[in-house]
Amino acid sequence: MSNIRKAFENGKAFIPFITCGDPDLETTEKLIYAMVEAGADLIELGIPFSDPMAEGPVIQEGNIRALKNDVTTDMVFDMVVRVRKTVKIPMVFMTYANVLFSYDLDRFAAKCKEVGIDGVILPDVPYEEKEEFDKPFSKYDLDVISLVAPTSKNRIKSIAKDAKGFLYIVSSLGVTGVRSEITTDIKAMVDLAKEVNDIPCAVGFGISNPKTAKEMAEKSDGAIVGSAIVKICKEYGRDCVYPVAKFVKEMKDAIR
Amino acid sequence: MGKGRFGVHGGQYISETLMNAVLELEEAYNKYKNDPDFNRELEELLNQYAGRPSRLYYAERMTRDLNGAKIYLKREDLNHTGAHKVNNALGQVLLAKKMGKTRVIAETGAGQHGVATATVAAMMGMECEIFMGKEDCERQALNVYRMKLLGAKVHPVTSGTATLKDAVSETFREWTGRIEDTHYVIGSCMGPYPFPTIVRDFQAVISKEIKEQMLKAEGRLPDAVVACVGGGSNAIGTFYNFIEDKDVRLIGCEAAGRGIDTWETAATISTGKLGIFHGMKSYFCQNEYGQIAPVYSISAGLDYPGIGPEHAYLHDIGRAEYVAITDDEAVDAFEYLSRTEGIIPAIESAHAIAYAIKEAPKMDKDKIMVVTVSGRGDKDVAAIARYRGEDLYE
Repeated sequence: MSNIRKAFENGKAFIPFITCGDPDLETTEKLIYAMVEAGADLIELGIPFSDPMAEGPVIQEGNIRALKNDVTTDMVFDMVVRVRKTVKIPMVFMTYANVLFSYDLDRFAAKCKEVGIDGVILPDVPYEEKEEFDKPFSKYDLDVISLVAPTSKNRIKSIAKDAKGFLYIVSSLGVTGVRSEITTDIKAMVDLAKEVNDIPCAVGFGISNPKTAKEMAEKSDGAIVGSAIVKICKEYGRDCVYPVAKFVKEMKDAIR
Repeated sequence: MGKGRFGVHGGQYISETLMNAVLELEEAYNKYKNDPDFNRELEELLNQYAGRPSRLYYAERMTRDLNGAKIYLKREDLNHTGAHKVNNALGQVLLAKKMGKTRVIAETGAGQHGVATATVAAMMGMECEIFMGKEDCERQALNVYRMKLLGAKVHPVTSGTATLKDAVSETFREWTGRIEDTHYVIGSCMGPYPFPTIVRDFQAVISKEIKEQMLKAEGRLPDAVVACVGGGSNAIGTFYNFIEDKDVRLIGCEAAGRGIDTWETAATISTGKLGIFHGMKSYFCQNEYGQIAPVYSISAGLDYPGIGPEHAYLHDIGRAEYVAITDDEAVDAFEYLSRTEGIIPAIESAHAIAYAIKEAPKMDKDKIMVVTVSGRGDKDVAAIARYRGEDLYE
């Protein structure tokens, strides 16, 4: 078992997402320190990919900004090494299958272990294809995080049963991005999952303000926020550290 | 490993949100593919609406001129809407209708698949939305207007490189947001299982007809069949019924763009490596960190950084050969076929013609080569004129 569960020992978990290298890796490093300070329980680090199919325009653009800076997977690993000297909370990568596959799955998993990454979230690897990725990661006691969506229905139980670390509950149809409301019955999805596995469940996609975060966290074990933060990174560029930290603190305070 | 594998290729690398949609599609397809009523209805549409069977034409002047293998052209350009794409559009939209869907969405590169889908949607009374790279919208403005005439809504895609791969990504994103009433009519033998299989089956009518027509005309099978390859749907349709006939060479012609030794190429087999993208494991043009390469070809329809998983497999086992044809060669072939046979081919199909021009003279006169003319070239005339320095706009 990885360290991921520790993120849920501190009340409801707040899980921010940032894209590594947006606007540059130096700022990413500062953002991580600031978000830890502001109360983040687990951090999702996006490794940029040229064609992020599950992302809405905001995170797509974040990926493009990072790739324009020639950020590579190896540079991201190097940054994590620096960060891990002081940061103790769990951190996972969120990226796409081809980023791992081109690196070699086993080499990627070994490198994650070496630098102190606790798991990966791969939105283009569903239950049917998970084994290929799970094998090398399990070898190093790292978790491939499973996702369930509003369309999963009869699949929720089997996915939850094999889930490790935490279960990522996709709140709505569509891609990532800010939404005005979430209509899915999150509670029902969480209940189904918990019937078969005592695993923390965190909700993501479309959460952008303290009110929604609170609602989602009440029905689950935590809230994941990406686009709302990447939006701040876009607006403030290298000066985004303080406004992001402020936002993370507000969110954590709301769900605590 | 998941379902739908061709060797190591294929699979279902898509978001969880779409999984039940592709499972539902698989179930429906398995139910209807052997259903006599469905097949009768589809055949009727292919014949009465699309104008099948398409002709297998003996290109006598081309044969004489090249002075080698006897050349036949499979005239998919004569289908309704002017390309092979209608075979798949009819099959998939009919299937979607049987599944109770009321709306279809599709990506398009050159616009041929978009036009075919919009056409069939109009005929079957379905709502239709097409995603097309902004750059392609400009390259193929006439097809954009055609789709609008047919009642479809066209969305120019500005993300990424604003070409075919981004149109595919955007259509997947759209589908993720609205699944219940919507079917994604993928235009090529690619994407997550069961799409590569469904598209191949609907395009296999090409090789089924070639086989029958060739046996009738020559009393034997051809020595080689040739088709252009982007995602690879007309090629897999041309190859499929010949895969079991080991003496028939299967040749796919990729777009080399300005050359496979340049960055401006779309030749996946020649320059790509194994990867995972757009729902499938296959070969992709990419850099060492797995970032998908911005590919280039004069042909919007072949301007794609991947290839269907079944082609990747046919390449691995050595059953099919894949060759790269440059822009220059394709444009020469475009003009050659127009002049020699009075047939203006799509610039995509001209890649296959270009190979025939190079290869036929090396073959004995008693050999037979079939080249699939996947589409007609009207859409490309203005672009070719510009390529030749004439200031012609549509």
